[in-house]
Amino acid sequence: MSGARSEAAAQGRFARFIGWVDERFPLTAMIKEHATEYYAAKNFNAWYVFGVLALMVLVIQLVTGIFLTMNYKPSATEAFASVEYIMRDVQWGWLIRYMHSTGASAFFIVVYLHMFRALLYGSYKNPRELLWIIGMVIYLALMAEAFMGYLLPWGQMSYWGAQVIVSLFGAIPGIGGELVEWIRGDYFISDITLNRFFALHVAAVPLALILLVVMHILALHETGSLNPDGIEIKERKNEKGIPLDGIAFHPYYTAKDLVAIVIFLMLFAAVIFFAPEMGGYFLEHANFEPANSLKTPEHIAPVWYFTPFYAILRSVPSKGWGAFLMLMAIVLLFFLPWLDRCRVKSIRYRGSSYKAALAIFVVSFVALGYLGLQPATEKVYVYASRAFTIVYFLFFLLMPFYTRAEKTRPVPERVVYKAGS
Amino acid sequence: MEKSTAMKMSFTRSRSLLQAMLLAGLALLATGVANAATGVPLERARVDIRDVASMQRGARNFVNYCMGCHSAQYVRYNRLGEDLQIPEDELVRELMFAAQKPQETMTIALRASDADRWFGTAAPDLSLIARNRGVDYLYNFLRYFYADPSRPTGVNNLMLDNAAMPHVLWELQGVREAVFEEQGSGDSAQKVFKEFRQLTPGKLSPEEFDAFVRDTVAFLAYVGEPMQLERRRLGVWVLGFLLVFGILAYLLKREIWKDVK
Repeated sequence: MSGARSEAAAQGRFARFIGWVDERFPLTAMIKEHATEYYAAKNFNAWYVFGVLALMVLVIQLVTGIFLTMNYKPSATEAFASVEYIMRDVQWGWLIRYMHSTGASAFFIVVYLHMFRALLYGSYKNPRELLWIIGMVIYLALMAEAFMGYLLPWGQMSYWGAQVIVSLFGAIPGIGGELVEWIRGDYFISDITLNRFFALHVAAVPLALILLVVMHILALHETGSLNPDGIEIKERKNEKGIPLDGIAFHPYYTAKDLVAIVIFLMLFAAVIFFAPEMGGYFLEHANFEPANSLKTPEHIAPVWYFTPFYAILRSVPSKGWGAFLMLMAIVLLFFLPWLDRCRVKSIRYRGSSYKAALAIFVVSFVALGYLGLQPATEKVYVYASRAFTIVYFLFFLLMPFYTRAEKTRPVPERVVYKAGS
Repeated sequence: MEKSTAMKMSFTRSRSLLQAMLLAGLALLATGVANAATGVPLERARVDIRDVASMQRGARNFVNYCMGCHSAQYVRYNRLGEDLQIPEDELVRELMFAAQKPQETMTIALRASDADRWFGTAAPDLSLIARNRGVDYLYNFLRYFYADPSRPTGVNNLMLDNAAMPHVLWELQGVREAVFEEQGSGDSAQKVFKEFRQLTPGKLSPEEFDAFVRDTVAFLAYVGEPMQLERRRLGVWVLGFLLVFGILAYLLKREIWKDVK
């Protein structure tokens, strides 16, 4: 009896405390707006888990990154040894380091799948253009973050990869040469470059990333999430103003995402514990040799997530135009909401022309990724890179034409959902 | 004096495994693959880093034959003793020729500048060589020296043409010459490796020598990532936990989604 009474009293005290907070900070209002009363369509499929997974990988990278900085030394003479010190002498250092190195690749895997989901279901279309653009800026920041982080272990590939990519800025007419010196802070990649890349990698870019991710989620919650049928669920609401096809993010999607998170973590753990190098794709063999500015490796390849763009760069004989095309390959993605003229959002109801174009685009992207890993000495690789580069660009440049006259199918009024599926 | 004691100790310890290694060596010969362009048979190292005895022998080989010129500067003697189950007194007596205290790392007295002057290149630190080059490369490299009077060291290597490294294990392997065949003519003429011819016999039989190299490479594989066994052991538990957690998470999801029609 007294137990129940004291429990009720405790609950009353807790409610009073929350009330005290709510008068000073919109805690309950925020939980409602972004979780318990944020309505998402009930028919999300597996493609819809990658946003949450990307957020989780970001947290993994931030936390493991903080612990790595406790023992890492951003100095040309000590960096390589300090990484080995972390791997061998720091308690659980190897686990933290492998989580961070695997997390880098995992980040790009989930982000690429997240972006592909947008291409499948038209998530970038009106009214979600800003959501898409903020996402693209996140992708750019992520590339900068990964690129600068890759210099820090100060291995041979760290050094020469940075050398190649930084020198690309030299292709900018007029200011190129001086710009490259300004970025490196030296006439070559040196201790000075390592120090500033460290500063940007651990402070500047992560701050920008966190801010951008918050903006991305705010923009998402403003328009509401789309769904595999490409239907705006806000257009059909019940008398309480709740979308008929919507369910609360919490507890429904938190519970569902938890399953996805565990499945992801199993794959993540499988790599960390059983194949941390991932056959040389996540940790390159050449990077187990300290940076040597006097010894250029025979074959310089960036980590796999940059190779599609690297293949585009190498497919052009002129460095200037190669760098320009590489830049355009990313810039064009920003314009996707306006290049796509089709009013139907989801691929489920779109015409065969877009389906075919998307399929060809995916093939060209994967092929360019493969070709970017191969040595550029083989003629056949160079010609294949050129062919797939052309296909990559045609996907965007011809989009206004093949999407305008698309033969679409009628879009249903309500989302397609079968309980228990 | 100390070195020969170490050799004797470890050879006695290894005798029980000799037969198994001979069998492995024979299996290996049968599975070698030759590089089509150069004719060099590329064999798999087949190291087993769970084989503590093999790595103990490898450690003995390493300090006796490699550490004259090569360091393993990230490796601590006491960590090695712990992982390879070598008691500290034995560790100090048999392996620590170049260190005073067990917590020291495997550094050497040879200066990089001297090595550069004497061999034309600094002898690389070997802590990470197995992760850098791969165990198969190392296994073949150490076995594929051949007599070449045109080289300052008197030897060349099939895996690394004009290698600066001398044939440190020549006493054990004996001296061999490589027989090449000319293939093609004119500009496309190419020297293709055909076979080795033994000039002087080594102290070890070819099978024993292969096993000797395999032990050494196994040790280098261990040294490249000392925590790798611990990593795999732990991984099983982590995956097991996630599996149970995943089942519970799925049941929770199913329960919560019951009312979604």
